[in-house]
Amino acid sequence: MLEIKNLHVKLEEEDKAILKGVNLKIEAGSVHAIMGPNGSGKSTLSYVLSGKGGYTVTDGSATLQGAQLLDMEPEDRAAAGLFLAFQYPVEIPGVGNMTFLRTAMNAQRKTRGETELSAGDFLKLVREKAKTLKIDAEMMKRPVNVGFSGGEKKRNEILQMAMLEPRMCILDETDSGLDVDAMKLVADGVNALRDAGRSFLVITHYQRLLDHIKPDVVHIMADGRIVKTGGPDLALEVENNGYADILAEVV
Amino acid sequence: MAVLANKADALAMRIAGLDLSQSGWSAPARAEALMRLGAMGLPAKRDEYWRYTDPATLIDAEAPAAAPFTYSDEKMVFTGIDRVRLVFVDGVFDPAASDDPAQAGVELSLLSAGGMLHWARDLYGVLETRGQNPVPRHLAALNTAFATDGVQIRVTGKVTKPVSLIYLHDSDRSDVMLHHCIKLEDGAELTVLENGPAAARLNTVMEVDVARGARFHHIRTQGRDHDRRAATHVFARLAANSLFKSFTLTANGRLTRNEVVLELLGDDCTAHVAGAALGDGAFHHDDTVFVTHVGQRCESRQVFKKVLKNGAIGVFQGKILVKQGAQKTDGYQISQSLLLDEASQFLAKPELEIYADDVKCSHGSTSGAIDDEALFYLRSRGVPLKAAQSLLVLAFLAEAIAEIADEALADDIRIRLENWLVRHEGTR
Repeated sequence: MLEIKNLHVKLEEEDKAILKGVNLKIEAGSVHAIMGPNGSGKSTLSYVLSGKGGYTVTDGSATLQGAQLLDMEPEDRAAAGLFLAFQYPVEIPGVGNMTFLRTAMNAQRKTRGETELSAGDFLKLVREKAKTLKIDAEMMKRPVNVGFSGGEKKRNEILQMAMLEPRMCILDETDSGLDVDAMKLVADGVNALRDAGRSFLVITHYQRLLDHIKPDVVHIMADGRIVKTGGPDLALEVENNGYADILAEVV
Repeated sequence: MAVLANKADALAMRIAGLDLSQSGWSAPARAEALMRLGAMGLPAKRDEYWRYTDPATLIDAEAPAAAPFTYSDEKMVFTGIDRVRLVFVDGVFDPAASDDPAQAGVELSLLSAGGMLHWARDLYGVLETRGQNPVPRHLAALNTAFATDGVQIRVTGKVTKPVSLIYLHDSDRSDVMLHHCIKLEDGAELTVLENGPAAARLNTVMEVDVARGARFHHIRTQGRDHDRRAATHVFARLAANSLFKSFTLTANGRLTRNEVVLELLGDDCTAHVAGAALGDGAFHHDDTVFVTHVGQRCESRQVFKKVLKNGAIGVFQGKILVKQGAQKTDGYQISQSLLLDEASQFLAKPELEIYADDVKCSHGSTSGAIDDEALFYLRSRGVPLKAAQSLLVLAFLAEAIAEIADEALADDIRIRLENWLVRHEGTR
């Protein structure tokens, strides 16, 4: 599904390397988790994959189902099936949540050469998906993320994911700022989307999200590289002993 | 003395070819306006309220040429609205192209019809004169003296069909002055629409007298023709419990100066004036607003939003004056610009002057670029760059559009905006 080879990235404005040779291969239908201390480059990886400006790729490649991801505009990456659930979803005053979602869906369908969804079909679909995430109609009428609580913003991200049905989902610290109940709700939303044709990359600081979204593979990232890869047990090891032991062992 | 002599010369040149009507009901007001104009002269860059807008092309003896605009790619705005159309071609009323004014359900006459007796004698030039103090409005006085046509509308009841003033532009040297008088009697309601490229140079005055409990709605679109110049003036007087709402969409036009002067005389009245302006290239757009609160518990709102690119210039000069005794005034003013490149600029002069001690007044003015974070968020969900930019531009203008009460009219304006954005695609 997603294959990252020797990815080197620096900040555009200052000559500072952030990613220093990331290698990662995610098979279709699998869930990978990336854990790591602050500043290890986890969020940068998610931004670079989704096409955010401000970064320069100095070496390496990333492909999504064989297509060169890094040459594509962000909107084309989305249409190709990539989705980033933001750590900090952006507030957009003046743009209604429904308008936003429908514009996004139809834009992707158009790019892929599919027919647009009718207003009626869209409404039916969004109501059904919103209900399972406990997002009420009032929230859908408000401008995108404006006045949403932290939990509502994250649920809104998952709703977008459910509607857009991407192939490759990246969740950037989706658990940050969530209480236990909200995390459960978000995790249920993600689990409902798991299937053989869809992959996930879950970025998190803590093991607790991985109790709800069970990963197949866990990676530890430090100083711009993946330094250790293992099974779900690796996350438990981090939870119990912190990063220090693992990092010491690697060095 | 040299300055005064120059001012007098400029005025003499400007009015040399104009005809001061000596007969008819408006003649005394015209003569009086000419006298006032003689005393104040024409505006100059050194005048306080003309510092950001060069009046030169508005006061030149001849109008600078502007090729007529033709509607090739879209219907005129308001086409789908059930309304009574009154068409002016280069400022001359065209009865053949207009609907029968009798349909309007209002008392309606044309300034050019003349005659000796008219109710508008008590309105023509009256509100304009009141609006000259403390800020001179030279071009409005010029208009009162020399306007060649316009409508007088008197309304006694609730009128459902809007009166639609359509200004067509035919000659590339047309220099037009129109003067409208609108009187809403107690409890009356009326919507007036204005649109069309009008002329190479247009000067309008609209005097609106809103009596007790009356409601007046004004929705206007202007611009489109890249080279035309316009100076428009709206003077309104509000009695107790009345409502006044005016919205203007400006999409291009070389130079536009929109002055709105409102007097909230009665208690408990509401006055909203809003504008959305889109400028690409050689575009200079100036909103100059003066709201005076006299009555108690009145609410006024000024909402102005400008989207500027390729060196376009936006100006906002807005003032709220709260007189002594105008307690419980609620005044709000916001002026914002979205600058799509570094060549464009926005000049704002918000002013508050308050002589009552129990009032709520706020104002704000901002200038900024498209939010990169929001743009990336939209694109990351699959919305293409240009569509995402348009969505954010429309979002920026939403607060101004929200000032249009009628949904059908608001939709029409939105479509207009979207079409403009498509035609002027590519914001960086």
